[in-house]
Amino acid sequence: MSHKRHSSMAGKRQRRAPVFAALADETRLSLVAKLCGGQPHSISQLTEGSKLTRQAITKHLRALESVGIVHSVRAGRESRFEFDPEPMIGIKEYLDFVSKQWDQALSKLKSFVEN
Amino acid sequence: MNNRIEKRIELQAPVSRVWRALTDYREFGEWFRVKLDGPFVAGQVSCGQITYPGYEHVKWETLVQKMEPERLFSFTSHPYSVDPKIDYSKETPTLVEFRLEKTASGTLLLLTESGFDKIPSDRRLEAFRMNDGGWTEQMKNIEKHVAQTS
Repeated sequence: MSHKRHSSMAGKRQRRAPVFAALADETRLSLVAKLCGGQPHSISQLTEGSKLTRQAITKHLRALESVGIVHSVRAGRESRFEFDPEPMIGIKEYLDFVSKQWDQALSKLKSFVEN
Repeated sequence: MNNRIEKRIELQAPVSRVWRALTDYREFGEWFRVKLDGPFVAGQVSCGQITYPGYEHVKWETLVQKMEPERLFSFTSHPYSVDPKIDYSKETPTLVEFRLEKTASGTLLLLTESGFDKIPSDRRLEAFRMNDGGWTEQMKNIEKHVAQTS
């Protein structure tokens, strides 16, 4: 982990809302799927093809925004939403870290019971 | 997105042997590297002190959930509760489950740890910071240990 990444993570300490909980929803996952191409989308674009209202989509976008997965950017008179992968990378790294610890514990258990 | 950890490991030892290594508090402490105060009892808190090099200041405190002989052992705990100034008890813990299955050559052990979605994101980051730099050191300790005992 580089120092740059390190300090940028420290800057995110204030975000207490769990990223996983924000993603545990089909609509929000589909919004992330649309946005993760990198292109910012307007609420109208994100509502297109969905059965949900603009208001409902906006509510979901705000939930994603609260954990930092999406950011809104002004484009003229309307807001556009863009994807920020960093909170998700944070979780993946964390799970990898816990996962590695289990690998080590289990390999110790293996030699413990097999000897 | 995956919010749980799952491990499968084949052990060349009978289920009864693996069960003892998991649920006898002294044996568990040997491989997990924790000095426990007393036996595991379902429904009761288990306390102890981590003995993992570099983490000796960390307290172990888990709530034993299920002990179904030779089948299921589970407990809930707060991962990386390393800062004595923080009260971790208010946070939702993760659930760790060990499931055992008899196989032709011994035992299949299935481990899952779930509930990571409930951990505040700053705690996850803190675990990283604590670990940053220390991990390389730990890897060396383990290598040393393995080299000595093999």
